[in-house]
Amino acid sequence: MATEENLLEINNLEVGFRFGDEYHNAVDDVSITLKKNEILAIVGESGSGKSTLATAIIGLHDPLNTKVKGEILYKGLDLTKLNEKLYNRIRGNDIGMIFQDPLGSLNPVMTVGKQIEESLIYHTDLKENARQEEVLKLLDQVGIVNPQRTAKQYPHELSGGMRQRVVIAIALANKPPIIIADEPTTALDVTIQAQILDLMNDIQDETNSGIILITHDLGVVAETADRVAVMYAGQIVEEAPVDILFTDPKHPYTRSLLNSIPQELEGEEVAELHVIQGTVPSLQALPRTGDRFKNRIPWMPDEVFDEDPQLAEIAPGHKVRGNSWKHFYFEGEEEK
Amino acid sequence: MSFLELKDLKVHFPIRGGIFNTIQDWVYAVDGVDMIIEEGKTYGLVGESGSGKTTIGKAIIGLEGVTGGQVTYNGVDVTNKARSRRSEYADYNKDIQMIFQDSTSSLNPKKRIKDIIAEPMRNYFNYTNDQEKNEVIRLLEIVGLNEEAIYRYPHEFSGGQRQRLGVARAVASSPKLIIADEPTSALDLSVQAQVLNFMRRIQEEYGLSYLFISHDLSVVKYMADDIAIMHRGRFVERGSKEKIFNNPQHIYTRRLLSAIPQIDPLNREQHKAERRAVEKEYQEQQIHYYSEKGRVYDLQTFDDQHWVALNPNDKIKQSEGGN
Repeated sequence: MATEENLLEINNLEVGFRFGDEYHNAVDDVSITLKKNEILAIVGESGSGKSTLATAIIGLHDPLNTKVKGEILYKGLDLTKLNEKLYNRIRGNDIGMIFQDPLGSLNPVMTVGKQIEESLIYHTDLKENARQEEVLKLLDQVGIVNPQRTAKQYPHELSGGMRQRVVIAIALANKPPIIIADEPTTALDVTIQAQILDLMNDIQDETNSGIILITHDLGVVAETADRVAVMYAGQIVEEAPVDILFTDPKHPYTRSLLNSIPQELEGEEVAELHVIQGTVPSLQALPRTGDRFKNRIPWMPDEVFDEDPQLAEIAPGHKVRGNSWKHFYFEGEEEK
Repeated sequence: MSFLELKDLKVHFPIRGGIFNTIQDWVYAVDGVDMIIEEGKTYGLVGESGSGKTTIGKAIIGLEGVTGGQVTYNGVDVTNKARSRRSEYADYNKDIQMIFQDSTSSLNPKKRIKDIIAEPMRNYFNYTNDQEKNEVIRLLEIVGLNEEAIYRYPHEFSGGQRQRLGVARAVASSPKLIIADEPTSALDLSVQAQVLNFMRRIQEEYGLSYLFISHDLSVVKYMADDIAIMHRGRFVERGSKEKIFNNPQHIYTRRLLSAIPQIDPLNREQHKAERRAVEKEYQEQQIHYYSEKGRVYDLQTFDDQHWVALNPNDKIKQSEGGN
């Protein structure tokens, strides 16, 4: 159901990495849409496949050792079938990317201004003067106080927050309708993080772009996202509008995760934090059939798990994988 | 009872340059910090990167030289004596241990877990082989790892398990104070919960103190009894957890607290407005909270168990006491 407002439509995406002769799926059966003017958060712990999903959308995975199945539809174009030349036109122009490590994603021997200009050279026909002006406008837009000076500086001369602003300016240079931000604030202090998140919100209001925000920080999600998809072991286990996800989570993984946040209620004796038993299975050890979260909640009886859990809509906009959530209770709680 | 005291602790780093590599200037990483550490309590040290919080931890344990001020342990001056082999400082060396942020690089990859955890014991106790092995197994059990782990190597464990090994090693010499420098910031949420639980359990069992260094205020709020907020190498505010979170006085503390993302999507706009208001106040008012050179003022007693670095000449501000 490709409607007008869907910017990006991902259908049954699988991304497999090669181990010897076999491919193991780091992203498995992911279907999700990004609408215009929304921030879609993808949450998961390390190894959940959230960054792999991002690199698959922007086509940055190693083509020799990766197998991509399914479709990523953008303006009726299936991105998974594009060749490198066409993809390069999409990257930067239609999809902007913000990486976690601003220092690693900037060129150390090139001034900041030149790096922003580079993207304009590639994707627009602007003349040099116009480009320079555009660069200063972009730097101003991302909240840099003195764009003239900053444009002539090198990345190492800037603070972490400033660098991340520059990376955002590069991502925004061609006003892409889609922006993918992979852990944009993880390396930053909380006060800078708040500024960067505000900035992303403002930019979205101005440009009406759709943002995919990949993060492990539930606080960041609660502050910025409109819709949230929770990933576990390569699959989306729950998808819901942000207020519903935090007030009425359904999937056992989402509930366990929310329960393990350190937070103390006023006047209450400090309780032990909830711990999810076991570990995320490695890619090779991932069970191919059955519920992937099953071994993390061993107290649940076998019969509550589906053979092949599917993402199903339980309320408008609220999708949960499998049926185990209907019976789920925390260890030590009463059985439902 | 207090056992460790920091008096006007200073750690300055020289900036060298010029032709003869002479000292051009100093970085005042820690510039006059007072702290009293009592038994069985957890002290949170919070600040942004570059505030000097890690340097305090390193100075206490002797990984950084102290430039000025004093560290006293049970009344004995132990400033810059952490690496001394003389017997009078042996207690101090044994009783202060550290857990590092990066669990991978803090465990020797060539050593087995048994040797890693037994090393502090070999330094300070005369155990027989059997005693040592039993002790290692006991420690592993405390941090939730089983006996099989003792003949394995660090790379065979996951990040959370490695951090727990770090905790076990720190506990091995039965210390009185463990300095935990961002122990969970590299860990996932559910794994972090596990490490924090074990740290709390160990505290109950051994009655030891923690100096918990972190930039994550929600973790510090969960762990600490007393919190000190650091900025530019000095404390801007210190006090019990309740005082700091419910009645923050210094503009820097308020700004830091308002910047923590709240898990409350329904009141998001309100929270954002609040944060912007505090940020605006910070921009306008910060001149009143720092001296002309941008230095944080000395701490003043504000309330019982609550000290704030306010301008001593600006009594009006003090009686107003923020909002």
